Amino acid sequence: MHVYNVQLMTKHIKIINRYSANTHKTLQIILLLLLCSGCDAPWNNPYPNQDSAKNIYYDSFSERPKHLDPVSSYSANEYVFLGQIYEPPLQYHFLQRPYALIPLTATEVPQPQYFSKDGQPLDEDSDPIMIDRVKYTISIKDDILYQPHPAFAKNASGDYLYHDLNTEKLAHIHTLSDFDMVGTRKMSAKDYIYQIKRMGHPRIHSPISGLMEKYILGLDEFAETLATIDKQTPASNYIDLHRYDLPGVRLIDDTTFEITLKQKYPQFIYWLSMSFFAPMPWEADYFYAQEGMDEKNITLDWYPVGTGPFMLTENNPNLRMVLERNPNFHGEILPRTGELGDQASGLLDDAGKKMPFIEKAVYSLEKESIPAWNKFLQGYYDTSGIVSDSFDQAVQFNLQGDAELTKTMQDKGMRLLTAVTTSIYYMGFNMADDVVGGDSERARLLRRAVSIAVDYEEYISIFANGRGKPAQGPIPPGIFGHIAGKAGINPYVYKWHNGKPVRHSITYARELMAQAGYPDGRDADGKQLVLNLDSPAAGPGSKASFDWMRKQYAKLGINLLVRATDYNRFQEKMRKGTAQIFQWGWNADYPDPENFFFLLYGPNAKIDDNGENAANYKNAEFDVLFNQMKSMSNGPERQDIINKMLEIVHQDAPWLWGFHPVAFSLHHAWYKNAKPNLMANNTLKYKRIEPRLRSNSRTAWNRPVWWPLVFIMILTVSILLPAIIAYRRKGTESIL
Amino acid sequence: MMSYILRRIAYAFPILVGVNIITFVLFFVVNTPDDMARMQLGMKRVSEAAITKWKAERGYDKQILWNTDAESFEKLTDTLFFQNSVKLFLFDFGRSDSGRDIGYDISQRMWPSLAIAFPSLIIGLLTCITCGLILAFFRGSYVDFSGVIICVVMMSISGLFYIIGGQYLIGKLLHLVPISGYDTGLNAIKFTILPVLVGLIGGIGASTRWYRTIFLEEMGKDYVRTAKAKGLSESRVLYRHVLTNGLIPILTGVVVILPSLFMGSLIVESFFAVPGLGSYTIDAINAQDFAIVRSMVFLGSVLYIVGLILTDISYTLVDPRVRLN
Repeated sequence: MHVYNVQLMTKHIKIINRYSANTHKTLQIILLLLLCSGCDAPWNNPYPNQDSAKNIYYDSFSERPKHLDPVSSYSANEYVFLGQIYEPPLQYHFLQRPYALIPLTATEVPQPQYFSKDGQPLDEDSDPIMIDRVKYTISIKDDILYQPHPAFAKNASGDYLYHDLNTEKLAHIHTLSDFDMVGTRKMSAKDYIYQIKRMGHPRIHSPISGLMEKYILGLDEFAETLATIDKQTPASNYIDLHRYDLPGVRLIDDTTFEITLKQKYPQFIYWLSMSFFAPMPWEADYFYAQEGMDEKNITLDWYPVGTGPFMLTENNPNLRMVLERNPNFHGEILPRTGELGDQASGLLDDAGKKMPFIEKAVYSLEKESIPAWNKFLQGYYDTSGIVSDSFDQAVQFNLQGDAELTKTMQDKGMRLLTAVTTSIYYMGFNMADDVVGGDSERARLLRRAVSIAVDYEEYISIFANGRGKPAQGPIPPGIFGHIAGKAGINPYVYKWHNGKPVRHSITYARELMAQAGYPDGRDADGKQLVLNLDSPAAGPGSKASFDWMRKQYAKLGINLLVRATDYNRFQEKMRKGTAQIFQWGWNADYPDPENFFFLLYGPNAKIDDNGENAANYKNAEFDVLFNQMKSMSNGPERQDIINKMLEIVHQDAPWLWGFHPVAFSLHHAWYKNAKPNLMANNTLKYKRIEPRLRSNSRTAWNRPVWWPLVFIMILTVSILLPAIIAYRRKGTESIL
Repeated sequence: MMSYILRRIAYAFPILVGVNIITFVLFFVVNTPDDMARMQLGMKRVSEAAITKWKAERGYDKQILWNTDAESFEKLTDTLFFQNSVKLFLFDFGRSDSGRDIGYDISQRMWPSLAIAFPSLIIGLLTCITCGLILAFFRGSYVDFSGVIICVVMMSISGLFYIIGGQYLIGKLLHLVPISGYDTGLNAIKFTILPVLVGLIGGIGASTRWYRTIFLEEMGKDYVRTAKAKGLSESRVLYRHVLTNGLIPILTGVVVILPSLFMGSLIVESFFAVPGLGSYTIDAINAQDFAIVRSMVFLGSVLYIVGLILTDISYTLVDPRVRLN
């Protein structure tokens, strides 16, 4: 008995010990969970927790870049990255308005020199016909190094380490980072010449090669020569561009080169601020052209090589793109001057300090706007645009009609920045169409009447959340030639009333219709006028805007039929000139009126040469003035010509001028030096982040909430428990 | 069995040729090679010469199915269809229209797809079988009745709602996991929780109802009645007999989708920014990248055929009465 009791007692003690050990372990786990729930790091942080306090900029992108080769890229979503990596000779001043070019790698902004056929220097004001050659001499700084890259790596004897690669040697190489050694070298004027030559390279599709062939001396012949050589060269072989001469570019010395144009083209200077004209080291081109590299997806289109403040260290556009500070960056300081108000808004607080301010920029792929917006609200993106779905949550209009942040956003310390973009969304008439097009007074009056009837103020209010400025002509605010106020209104559509433009009455528009031969929207036979709007927008999302547009035309008794189609078919219609009325837009390449007026220049008609004149507008007087205007420098004379051109297009009304979109962007309190610059692509270097404030805000805004999960568990148990008890009772019940 | 499998593989060839023809025809009805060139070269300042050159480089200047300008056999072989299809049958996917190696991209992107699809399948199976068993176990009770109602309600709700609702509730309001995104290695776990949970909840209604029906059908069979008459407990009958036999149709239903797990989910990957094959396909359609589209359609067809063959084989494994003759 005694033995039995002792054994039993020992067993009980073991059970108790085991139980208490288990209990202890359970308690430890619960304690750990509680501690974790209370610890600083948010659970929903999409980034590594150790990066929270680092000087990293976070942003998102929705569309993967197609090209990262600076001579091929021509898209805003690619410039987000390329602008930080490549350095053309010039750049736009970050703060100054109107937009002004300043040197980037150049020592100064080059001034064009004009020459006659016999080589005599000419003045800028000389007749453009007399000008046979225009020369730009560009001097670059001599202390600029390329980012570390295997293409520059050399061994002790000075031979390139990775310039004799083949498929066998590349067996264990999968990405650029798999190369052990990197090197650098000083940038030279030769690299700019090499890049200009690449515009004519038959294996690279430079979108501006056609345009530049019109201007750069000999580029067209150079491209033909290369095309012939390309046919004789195996596709995998490198074509050494140094061996072929391009007359339009000349090396003066290591830091100076000259570009020669065939005719006067003042807008050329703006192209020198775009990555098409960034330097390209031949070593990089050679490195990527080696056998097996293309098969490994290691190409210049994927791994850029630049001199800019950042370098692309991770290119995974399916997930994220990472830019890190280039250790070889030559250094630049934040401008000491800006426009009025910049000092007060803190934009000059860092003036004179060395840039870039951030160490790294992480761009995460966000295909859908809702998750991107929510992550911005949680503090995981430093800046965000505002999609229509979230507009009311973020922005409200005060009594004066000014946009301001809602209280929730203000409480989070966010800031709203707005800027009228250098873009235009317009509705065009196909001037080759029998009904709405042509030079007849009937058609002109019809177009003017429609211009009055379609109320773009209402459109902006309904469909753009007020984010737009009704256009008075093709030139947006901020571009030379735009005139604000009474003098700048389109008198055929607006009148000046109480200090603001007011659309002419619909009665007046109906009168114009009657004069055009369409009283109450009916022709001479009494049939209702039917017009067709061709649009690539389809689906339920566009229905509301189409309905609205029909109502606008119906004010004049016109029956508007919407012919919605896919974008491919729409483009085909535009090329063939079978569209009647269409909606389109244009975003400025550079801040010059030429870049908008050329959309109405006759020889650019889409129907003839697939040009950018989608309305196929042709007016001989306008074309003459355009040719005059495009070669002039900004000044009163140029403004006079622009005014004449505006008067012509106002009168002819080939477009309903639509509106200039206003960009709204939100920034967190820790995001500094934010100023909209719609021309510059290299603005990342100006940005500054306060990581501690961001980290604290993220922690405060993202504390995990557990109670709903506990509640769901209790609810599930309480639902199932009675059933289980009932079942058990049933199982133990006896029949008798 | 081997001859059956070989016969099925031989049948697959004409099916794949047919799928390829339909893909080619449908794609080029909607998109012309000119459109594709414009999409790749950009919309601004693209010259006709550049478009012509782009098409020639990629073979899009050839006729699609039948080359009327060619001689004899080349009428068939010197076409876009033939040149590209032959390579596909050798699993040489070639390069995308933007210049990337498609095979490499597929090998990289199938893992994120699997990271979402595989746990979704396993956890979904376990959960739905458990729920189906519980409903069958408590058949006729308020648990069964309310469970079926909940299942019907859950079936009726769009999958998109679960995605947006899940992101809003769990990611935005409760702050438990990241709303979207992905990462490599173990860091991927926290990003997979929400898509897996959303996939689970989105599929639980339909699957539970189906499994419940299967289990109820089994429970009505004679062998169950015999087992009960022998005095076996309700739970023993359920777990040892009903569950085992009920798993046969479930297992065969699952095997058919196993190979397709690589292909990922179009919508889930897009909303959660998962760099898988589903989003790869969507991106290619949007970018009019025919090289990727035809590769993914071909791969999807092959995997589906493999799934069907595996299903047939699995029948013989789980049910000895079935013979593949």
